[in-house]
Amino acid sequence: MTTFDLMFYVIAGAMLVSAAVMVFGRNIIYNAVGLLFTFIGVAGLYVLLGADFLAATQMLIYVGGILVLLLFGVMLSQKITGLVMRTGTLQVLPAVIVCAGVAAILIRLILSNDWAVTKPPELPATTATLGTLLLSDYLIPFEIVSILLLAALVGAAYIARRESR
Amino acid sequence: MHELIAYLQAQLGFQEILVAVLVMAVFGLVICIYMALNALFLVWLERKVSAWMQDRLGPMEVGPFQGVLQTLADALKLLLKEDIVPKAADKRLHLLAPLIVFAAPCAALAALSYTRDFQFADFNIGVFFVAAITSLSVIGLLLAGWASNNKWSLLGGMRAAAQIVSYEIPAGLAILVVVMQVGSLSFREITLAQDGGFWNWMIFQYPPFNFVAFLIFFTATLAECNRTPFDLPEAESELVGGFHTEYSGFKWAVFMLSEYGEMLVVSLVVATLFLGGWSSPLGDLLNGGAWGVFWLLGKTYALVFVQMWLRWTLPRLRVDQLMYTSWKVLTPFAFACIFAVGLWMAL
Repeated sequence: MTTFDLMFYVIAGAMLVSAAVMVFGRNIIYNAVGLLFTFIGVAGLYVLLGADFLAATQMLIYVGGILVLLLFGVMLSQKITGLVMRTGTLQVLPAVIVCAGVAAILIRLILSNDWAVTKPPELPATTATLGTLLLSDYLIPFEIVSILLLAALVGAAYIARRESR
Repeated sequence: MHELIAYLQAQLGFQEILVAVLVMAVFGLVICIYMALNALFLVWLERKVSAWMQDRLGPMEVGPFQGVLQTLADALKLLLKEDIVPKAADKRLHLLAPLIVFAAPCAALAALSYTRDFQFADFNIGVFFVAAITSLSVIGLLLAGWASNNKWSLLGGMRAAAQIVSYEIPAGLAILVVVMQVGSLSFREITLAQDGGFWNWMIFQYPPFNFVAFLIFFTATLAECNRTPFDLPEAESELVGGFHTEYSGFKWAVFMLSEYGEMLVVSLVVATLFLGGWSSPLGDLLNGGAWGVFWLLGKTYALVFVQMWLRWTLPRLRVDQLMYTSWKVLTPFAFACIFAVGLWMAL
């Protein structure tokens, strides 16, 4: 067993445990903490595969942004208004159908791919390549996403300020 | 890192995996011990600086010089104190929160460049990594506030999160001004670009835009470590102790350790980005090797002193003033700096 294998198994094991906490936990804050460690695990896997920029972006966007927003929302509704948020099981049949569909697609993908099980060769720095691609080949999608985000921001600001007028 | 592991493997005759785990453990331990020593020194310095500014003496009794061993005695006392967890608190998250807050500055220390030849891990995305990993501490503060089951703690945690998330934006933009000029995200490359005397430092390039970027970044980092004038998350006159109200004994000590560790990390980053990092201000004089550590830490602790100086000089901002400063002052000015420097570089 090499260091690469050891790191992979440690990260994957931690991810599986925290993902299980996230899915099966009944307390919504525990689910969020499970999600936190799953995100960190994914970032770890990116590092192992040589995608350093992607790993740091994963930390910045998902841990520093999305998870903070999620915790913020839960805390504001749960502790301050005294509402106890527990996750329960509702809508069993539609959930089973959707999950079975997603599982089928994933299993098919996993089986049809030829997985490399060794450490990938040392990649050159990815940041410059990503930047060049974003501003050349993928310029249009990049700009469209920016406009979409801007529209979402303006909309959020409008909704949040409407009461004061 | 790879060369070090290969060298040790050849010397010791162990398996690669054992050597790698050993190196990781030793590096981690070095960082933790340094964090602890740094906090011991900075707590003493903070007390002395505040005392001198208020025409007092501060701690004088313990140790041979100016009460220098006072914090060591305090740390031992904190270790021996009872660990009180409120009955209504969430015990597991109450324990997890200080650990998360402590992990963030430790991880950031690994990416910094200490001399021309030494850093724990040479990332080529160092700056971006530090910006990303320090956002982890927000989660810890939020969890600490929530798990304590106390309204002051919760409000403190919320304020911390809102403040840190807001000030990450001007901080990131000010970093971008430097990254644009160097063309690299690696701390080593950024320092190398400023080597050869203080006139090469980033803060003096493209005047006055880089200096404005430096001011923006320094202000934003003050807010990110919850230092006065941005210490609303632990405003003692309104919130008792803020997010750490319900913490005692060693868990509280870990929060203090992390606060001083974070001050160290942001000052190291400011020193590296704008003040030449480990390169000597005197050109080739006293440059390179272990002098790098001397210059880097000298610049860093000078910045930490400025942080303390501001804390004991300025009053605290209101929440609306805090948000105004971030969104309507720092962010537009940071954008203006990026634009102006970009234009200047293109000319």
